[in-house]
Parts: sequence; structure tokens; C-alpha cells
Amino acid sequence: MLRIDDLSINYGERVVLEHVTFGVESGQVVALVGPNGAGKSTLIRAVSGVTPIKSGEVRIDGRLLSRLSTMERARYLAVVPQARSLPPAFTVYESVLLGRTPHLGWLGRTGPHDHKRVKYALEHTQMLSLAERYVGELSGGEQQRVLLARALAQDTPVLLLDEPTTHLDLQHRENLIRLIRDLALRKDLAILMVLHDLNLAGLYADRVALLVSGQLQAIGNASEVLTEAQLSRVYQMPVRVIPHPDYGTPLVLPDGGGKNLS
Amino acid sequence: MKMPLGRALTLSLLLLATALFLSVAIGSVRIPLQSIWSIIAARAGWTTVSPDEAGMFSTILLDIRLPHAVLLLLTGAALAGSGAGYQGLFRNPLADPYLIGVASGAGLGAVIAMSIRWPEDLAGLYVIPAAAFIGAALTVIVVYSLARIGKSLPTTTLILAGVAISSFATSLTSFLMLRSNEQLRRATGWLLGGSLMSGWQPVIALLPYVILGLAALLASGYALNVLQFGEEQATQMGLPAERVKFGLVLAASLTTASAVAFSGIIGFIGLIVPHLVRLLWGADYRRVLPLSIVSGGTALLIADLLARTVLAPQVLPVGVVTALAGAPFFLWVLRRSKNQGYW
Repeated sequence: MLRIDDLSINYGERVVLEHVTFGVESGQVVALVGPNGAGKSTLIRAVSGVTPIKSGEVRIDGRLLSRLSTMERARYLAVVPQARSLPPAFTVYESVLLGRTPHLGWLGRTGPHDHKRVKYALEHTQMLSLAERYVGELSGGEQQRVLLARALAQDTPVLLLDEPTTHLDLQHRENLIRLIRDLALRKDLAILMVLHDLNLAGLYADRVALLVSGQLQAIGNASEVLTEAQLSRVYQMPVRVIPHPDYGTPLVLPDGGGKNLS
Repeated sequence: MKMPLGRALTLSLLLLATALFLSVAIGSVRIPLQSIWSIIAARAGWTTVSPDEAGMFSTILLDIRLPHAVLLLLTGAALAGSGAGYQGLFRNPLADPYLIGVASGAGLGAVIAMSIRWPEDLAGLYVIPAAAFIGAALTVIVVYSLARIGKSLPTTTLILAGVAISSFATSLTSFLMLRSNEQLRRATGWLLGGSLMSGWQPVIALLPYVILGLAALLASGYALNVLQFGEEQATQMGLPAERVKFGLVLAASLTTASAVAFSGIIGFIGLIVPHLVRLLWGADYRRVLPLSIVSGGTALLIADLLARTVLAPQVLPVGVVTALAGAPFFLWVLRRSKNQGYW
């Protein structure tokens, strides 16, 4: 469904992404992990059309992204950005409704289908009770869920998420990730998710892509990618990986010495 | 739940009609209510009135006061509309065509045109708002490039750039006016906000520009809503952000230019009115724009009424009244926007 071929991005002299190639199938969750500054957010921006692509190709459902208009692209691909300040004066409902933009006409006329879609999005992110609150009054985690609900309302076959769990507590984090997994399976969405938490990646992603300094160092299932050798090299620190007691997925334990600093 | 748009609009239009009536009815020459009514009735063709009886009053009412009031209405509507437009475009509650220097740029454009050739006829009058538009558009571009830091437009730099450009433009304008032909030199009162010339001609010259500018702004209501999330998210939601921004700059500049062209530089209407509208009726630009436009007309008519009556028989420049009310309001908004994000 989403195919990235030989994507390279430079900001002037600085190389940010180099020959990145991989794909995300419908019904699949791919976690994009890697150290800070690896280019993960840049990749999201390039694929979503914010940063122009001069070298390489991105295809959705076989169609070249660069040939699509901004609106057409938004019907294929929705982005949940990193939590940043949302316009405070809109209500939750109004904000999520704006996710319907690529499906509406110029004047933004909405129909019953659009409102049904918004309700669906609010239900699945547990935001229905907060629908009439002003976004400016919400906590960081609640604002994060507004962004997710908005992307869900956009109703696209591909979903890109840039660190969606940043402000969320344990419960909301698990709920969100499980929802994302659920969407991939039930709605057959292709989901690319930037994650800092390697353990979440191990537990919930079908495949893990490791991006380091703009290059895709490894891609495969979690046990193949999240190895002690690979991770300690990439993060430049000792790392232990043990299998999860219940699921067998890799659990990454940074080995800094804990409280006993010797 | 907030009042539906239809009802809010009706209410605002009623207020506008009242303000218009008061503006025409009250003036330095006392015209009894009876006469006003009979003149209106005669014009509307409901009754006939012998011309001797209402001759002088008729002239004052219909050829002096009414066009003046309509000009104020259009100016106020344009100022509030463009204020709302800039606030949405820059995502900054303090953007106002006066504060960000655009009004001064428009004034400079108008004065340059007038000093080259004082408008003798209607055709000459059409040129003024066009020249003001060029001044306004150039100013927006300059202020935006000066004030921008990365992808955002912080309030501090925006106001600073606005003040700088505004001072520069106003000084240049005064200089040109003093150096210039006789008529322009006498029009210094215009600079502070006052009619440059009387009668229906300036209204007719202004109408196409105001209508075009306001129509373009009104059509951009939904796009402005999407833009509130920033260009990056707006693009990801399907809005061609750069193109829309460009169109908005043109529309808002045209509207500002219309306001300034014959009415001079009147500040704070573009700040106060959209703010109050947002407080009362919410942040959806599809409501903020039409309600601001109507209320802007009302606000300026009331300000002008005050300007004419407060120190009667002396007439204050209306820009003085709006500044006296506007500056404290501006400080209040500034304080408020530091604490809440609510605007």
C-alpha cells in the first residue's frame, strides 16, 4: 500500500535521508525507530507531502505521490503529528471535524456521514465526553488523542504517526497502541509509526525499521532488528535484550548500571 | 451552545441599521425627526413632500450625511474584515492592519497616487484604492519577512516590525503631503482618519474594491479554520497551504487598502471587533468573518458619532476616538493572551 523507494533528502549540504527503501502493507504496523536526529520525522514529512521529494519515489496504492494534488494525497494518507500546540479556541469536536477536510468541498459543508465519522473517531479515542471542551483547556495527553481522532476522521487507508505516545500515561498509551493495532487489522490500514519506546515496538509492530543517521540499517520482525549487538552499536551504550515472559518479544533494557553507579 | 449564525447575523444587521440611522440623523445641524422621516418616505416613493419644506435638510441628509455614513460603514467593515483575515492568517490575535503597519503602507500608496495627480473625476478616484492596494501588499510582504522566525510569527517581532514600517510609511506620507499640491496639503486631517472628500463619488469608487476584497475573505472562512493548525498540518489535511496564504494576503491587503484609501488611517477597529466577535460567537472563521464585517461597520459609525458629538461643535478625527478606546483594549488582549491561549 505504501512504498518508499530510494528516498533521499538533503537540507542544503546536510544529508538527512539516504536511499531509504521499504514498504508498509495494508493491515500491517511498521514501527520506525532510531536515535534522535536519525531523520524519522523528516521521513514522515516527506511522505506526507510537506517536504518536497527531489530524489526517490513514494507510492500509495501504486500511485505516485508527487502526481497527486494536496487534497488527493490527504485522502490516502493522514498524519498524527507530534503533540504540539493545537489552536486553543476550537472545541474537540470542531478540531476533529476539520479532519474531514479532504472529503469536503471548498466551503467545508459537512453532511451526516462526516458527523458519523467524527463520532466514530471520538468514541475510539475515548474523547466523546470531552467533545465540547475547548482544546486549550485539555492536558497534553488529551490533546494527543484529539490529533489521533482527527486523523481517524480523515478516513484514509494509510496512517502515519510521529511519536503518538509521548504525553500519555500507561493506560492511555496501551489503549492507543492497541487501538492502532486494532485499526490495522480490522480496517486493513497500513500504519507507519515513529516510536521511541523500543519495547512498544517489539510488542505491537509487525515489522520494525531501524533508521540511523538517515540510513535504514535494518528492517524485519522485532527479534531480528532489536538485538543487543545492533542496539548497543546504534545507541552507543550497553543494552540487554531479554524475551518478554509472556509474549516472547524482545524487551530492551538499557544497561547503565541503575542506582549502583560504580 | 452558541447562537446560530443566522440569528447572530440578524442581530448585528439590526445594530448596524440603527447605527446608520443615528449617524445620519445626528449632526451639527439639527434636523427634526419628523423631517428625517418625511425625506426618507419621499425618497422611497411612499409620499410626496414639497421640496421647499425639506430642501436644505434633504441636501444635508442625502448628499452629505448619507454618503459619509455609507463610506464609514464600508471602511469599518473593511477594517474589521481584514483584521479578522490577518489574525487568522498570522495565527496571532494582535494582528490588526494598523498595528502591523499595513494600513500605513496603504496610506502611502494612496498618497503617492494623489501627489502625482489629484483625482479630478471618477476615473481618477478609482486609481486611489488600487495604489493603496499595492502599498498594502508590499508592506505585508516586508513585515512578514522581517518578523518571521523560522516557521512562526511571534507577536513581539510582528508588532515591532509593524511599528517600524508604520513609522517609516507615515513619515514618508506626511512628507509627500506637505511637499505636494494644494489639495493634498490641506488634507492632513485625513491622515488621522477622516473623509478625504465628500459626496457619493468616493463611495462609488470604493465599492468594487471593498466588495471584491470582502467576498474573497468570506470565501476563505473554512480555509482559515484549517490554517489555524499551522501550514504543515494544514497541508497534511489536504489544504494547499502556500497558495491559500497567498490568496489571503491579497484579499486582506485589498480590503485594508479600500478602508484606508478615502478614510485615512484608523486604528484598532481591526483588532477590537474580531476579538469581541470571537468572544461572543466562537472562533470558527466562517462566523467570525461575516459577523466582524457587519459589526465593523457599526463600530466605526458609533466611533464617528462620538467623534462628532463629544466635543461638539468641534469634530475630532475618528482615528483619535478609536485609538482612545483601542489602546487600552489592546493592552488587555496582550495581557490575556499571555495567560490563556484563548483567542
